[in-house]
Amino acid sequence: MRGLWRGLLTLAGLLSAWQLVVALGQLPPYILPGPWAVAASLWRHAGSLFDHAGVTALEIMLGMLLGTLLGCFTALTLGYSRRARRWLLPVLIASQAIPVFAIAPLLVLWLGYGMGSKIAMAMLIIYFPVTANFYDGLRHTPRGWLDLARVMAPVDRRWAMLRHIAIPAALPALGSGLRVAAAVAPIGAVLGEWVGSSAGLGYLMLHANSRMQVDLLFAALFVLAALAVGLYFIVDAGLKRLLPWHRVNPETTETD
Amino acid sequence: MPRSSIAVQSPALTTPLAVSLRAARLVYGGLILFDGLDLELAGGCFTCLLGPSGIGKSSLLRLLAGLTPPGVSGDLRGGDGQPLTGRVAYMAQEDLLLPWLNVLDNITLGSRLRGERTDRERALALLVRVGLSDCALARPETLSGGMRQRAALARTLMEDRPVVLMDEPFSGLDALTRLRLQALAAELLAGRTVLLITHDPLEALRLGEHILIMNGRPATLSPLPDLPGAPPRDPGDPAVQAAYRAILRSLGAA
Repeated sequence: MRGLWRGLLTLAGLLSAWQLVVALGQLPPYILPGPWAVAASLWRHAGSLFDHAGVTALEIMLGMLLGTLLGCFTALTLGYSRRARRWLLPVLIASQAIPVFAIAPLLVLWLGYGMGSKIAMAMLIIYFPVTANFYDGLRHTPRGWLDLARVMAPVDRRWAMLRHIAIPAALPALGSGLRVAAAVAPIGAVLGEWVGSSAGLGYLMLHANSRMQVDLLFAALFVLAALAVGLYFIVDAGLKRLLPWHRVNPETTETD
Repeated sequence: MPRSSIAVQSPALTTPLAVSLRAARLVYGGLILFDGLDLELAGGCFTCLLGPSGIGKSSLLRLLAGLTPPGVSGDLRGGDGQPLTGRVAYMAQEDLLLPWLNVLDNITLGSRLRGERTDRERALALLVRVGLSDCALARPETLSGGMRQRAALARTLMEDRPVVLMDEPFSGLDALTRLRLQALAAELLAGRTVLLITHDPLEALRLGEHILIMNGRPATLSPLPDLPGAPPRDPGDPAVQAAYRAILRSLGAA
């Protein structure tokens, strides 16, 4: 409850500062519209904003889903097989040297102007944080648990170890990866829309920008931010619910 | 508590298994911690291995558990000449309970790892024996340190192996809880071949039918004269006190 109040207060402060800049700077609305103009535009274009937000949200969610599946699969392969580690890991790390931004036009060329290229972008952008975090968690299973499991099941039962010990132990790390993924997935989708699209918030922003509808651009930005924050909180709440044993150390949480 | 009524023991225990380790050697960081070390554990006896920290006790125990750490070698066999693999249970200083499982699922972990059927009846009976019958479905984080170590003891018994290796399992507990758990362990592990390593002389004197002292560099093992009476002994017993002073003297602490 106090967090909510703090959030609202911060929002009110930012809006006042914004209004103040507009009023004092005498800025024309096509450079920086005031909060009221943006709110009015939000209201006026609610229907179209909602439609485009739906497209972007779907792209983000499908990208999240596919990227998470692919990332988990890769991390498990790396964790299970030493050979896969030797061959795949260098490729994985080298692939991160290529900026996703640079291949966005290629994806649009290959997958077309539709949703496919945006989903692929969101997927690519979250693939690495999910894989890296989960794999890191799989590699750092506490030694005591592994010792215990090895004494209990001395014959090579790598899959049983992975399933009963290493994977559950790595879930909090996967959770960190998913939180990062939730934060960056919207970037992927909007980037894809900027490069070439006919729908989505990114398309709407680009369109509004070229027609000097800066108030609409801000309104779309606002919706996008709300979408991204909402996604983050949903993922965060879901993880807290699914991993109840993984609590933040009470000593490191804030005390005010 | 009645000693025999509940089916916590199995036919595996009718013939206690002795353990023999020969020519054990541990090199760690260029330092020879022990070399040519021989260890014999009498079948069905509770043996305590006492020694200062850093002497190589834990490495020795890990070697016996089949968790051969790098730099360790030795010839390890059961009294029947067969390898020990699969006939050992291990209990560490930390309870090693998995936080995502409840107590019951934790103590039946071994069977799931081996892909065997889980004997819930026996698990529940064991929880009764260690005094955790109300906590079967509780998560480990909700238990006290003593209760967690009780659960670890139940998990060790659930494995039902003739040889039980314990690495300072009670050292993290407060004095009173430690005394209670020592008594419980002595009672429930009777009939098995147990090696408990500890740096606490009183714990060794309370629990050990045989006591070995590990000391020096490279370390050697020397047996202490067996004490009268069956474990768990009263720490205030004059024989225990006299032996305690003798140990402190021989370790150069008094």
